[in-house]
Amino acid sequence: MTSEPMSAAVPEKTAALPLIISAVLLVVVVVASFRMGRFPVTSHDVFAVVWAKISGGTASVEPVVQAVILNVRLPRVIAGILVGGALSVAGATYQGMFRNPLVSPDILGVSAGAGVGAVLGIFLGWSVLAIQGAAFLTGLAAVAGVYGLAMTMRHQERTLVLVLTGVAVATLLEAALSVMQLLADPYTQLPTITYWLMGSLNAASPEDVMVAGPAILLGLIPLWILRWRMNLLCLGDEEAQALGIQTTVFRAIFIVSATLMTAAAVAISGAHGWRGLGWVGLIIPHIARLLVGPDFTRLLPISLMLGAAFIVAMDSLARSMGVTEIPLGILTSVVGVPFFLWLLTSMRRVW
Amino acid sequence: MTLLKVENLDFGYGRRRVGSGIGFDLAGGDVMCLLGPNGSGKTTLFKTLLGLLPCQGGRIVLDDEPVALWSRRRFARAMAYVPQTSPNSFSFSALQTVVMGRSAHIDLFSRPTTHDFAMAKGAMRALGIEALGSRPVPELSGGERQLVMIARALAQEPRILVMDEPTANLDFGNRVKVLGQIRKLADQGIAVILSTHDPDHAFQIANQVALLHEGRQVACGAPASVITAESLRLVYGIDVSIVAVSGKATQHWVCLPDSRLSSVQESL
Repeated sequence: MTSEPMSAAVPEKTAALPLIISAVLLVVVVVASFRMGRFPVTSHDVFAVVWAKISGGTASVEPVVQAVILNVRLPRVIAGILVGGALSVAGATYQGMFRNPLVSPDILGVSAGAGVGAVLGIFLGWSVLAIQGAAFLTGLAAVAGVYGLAMTMRHQERTLVLVLTGVAVATLLEAALSVMQLLADPYTQLPTITYWLMGSLNAASPEDVMVAGPAILLGLIPLWILRWRMNLLCLGDEEAQALGIQTTVFRAIFIVSATLMTAAAVAISGAHGWRGLGWVGLIIPHIARLLVGPDFTRLLPISLMLGAAFIVAMDSLARSMGVTEIPLGILTSVVGVPFFLWLLTSMRRVW
Repeated sequence: MTLLKVENLDFGYGRRRVGSGIGFDLAGGDVMCLLGPNGSGKTTLFKTLLGLLPCQGGRIVLDDEPVALWSRRRFARAMAYVPQTSPNSFSFSALQTVVMGRSAHIDLFSRPTTHDFAMAKGAMRALGIEALGSRPVPELSGGERQLVMIARALAQEPRILVMDEPTANLDFGNRVKVLGQIRKLADQGIAVILSTHDPDHAFQIANQVALLHEGRQVACGAPASVITAESLRLVYGIDVSIVAVSGKATQHWVCLPDSRLSSVQESL
């Protein structure tokens, strides 16, 4: 109704700054993380060793330091990046798709399902890798069950039914978890179970990274390719369909992708529900949305990097703050919650 | 030339039948007003027209072709939907929202191009809302939001616009503005189907009216032949007089309720 020139609204240009900030933050956090821990390592050592690894040369760094960097800290840093990135991206996906800011990646029962698998594995005395495999598979199975169950219900409010089914099934799985905790040997198994459910990266090994990495990437690729279409699902089914979108197909793709990422992340970190690491998938997308708005093409990379940076930072603190390692899940809550509440009080909009 | 043919359409949810026997033809430039009380099946009929609900009987023919087997994408290029806006939506900017209307024209794995943004801006310019570009939609007024939804539908480059109560929740000024825009779009050759609660709107902008009562099409045709004292009594259960009024520049038929609503009626 006025003829004033349009203000800068082309997304590509305004997205650059938050993107750069997030990337720089991630790099700084990662380098710092290599330095933190019992064994002293300098930034120079980190760069030299990583560069030598990439270029195929040799670094003039003590073998012990090289071993610490490559075998101890590198898997942990990569695991942190994978877990933080995966949970945040999955959280952003679920929140958009279900049009609900309270949704976290475990809304469809991934982490409760993974918990059952992991605890069963601990209960039966399996190896660490087998426990993680069991967690991954039961996590996927839980979501598949929820999705299948919801699809059999002929109901108008499909999304709502899906979420409610997820909550119901997760509750049932939680009950199973409690039973197993009750039956577990209180001196040998129970501490392991409790520790697993709190979430931690202290068991992260190169094998974990090799297994979880591809699964997380496999989930990320469809989300990345279809990132603009994700915006349309935020409108709700009918509007999206009227705009020419096959919502059923896209929703299934997004759920499978986000679930794959979450299950893999939960399997190696034990991120369980809102109590532990899963919380990251709830808050990081909100922080990212605050920075760049709801456009998924911008939200996806920012969530990925902020989530990765947050978990890597928290994990560094977890292993260097006390005499014994502090469970990561506790730290993410203690540091993350006050920050998030502060954000909420200063935010103009939640969406 | 006939663009859209609706033949003996039955519609409803699942096994529940909401309405039946709907039939009308629509050509480019037509404005068809769907009138009917709450619960008469207007929204269900719209959802069926848009392919969001399957037809329970009869058929919808677009360009002499039944649309039943059309892909969503192809259908969306022909027919666009302007829903009633929900206030609690994501903070997408107005331009981001409008450009979503391009999705039926954008490759599956692509994002909107400069051309798509140009189309979106063009649609906004046509409605006089280009200045809203970067504003978050939830912060807009009801009228602005309605115009954004119309712009999004226009960016879709449809030949038919389906609008669900486009004037609901708008103040008097915005109602007139939105109706004016609808008329303008029709004059450019777009066929418009809209639902409304106000029969006066039909007199103002429509050249066809379909009157819906308990899922049945009571009458369909030119506004003056459909909107009569008898038909409104049947459908709404009230007595009205249809009278002609003249303003400074326009002359309209309006529906005047016969029942005395207030004891303090000003004498003319």
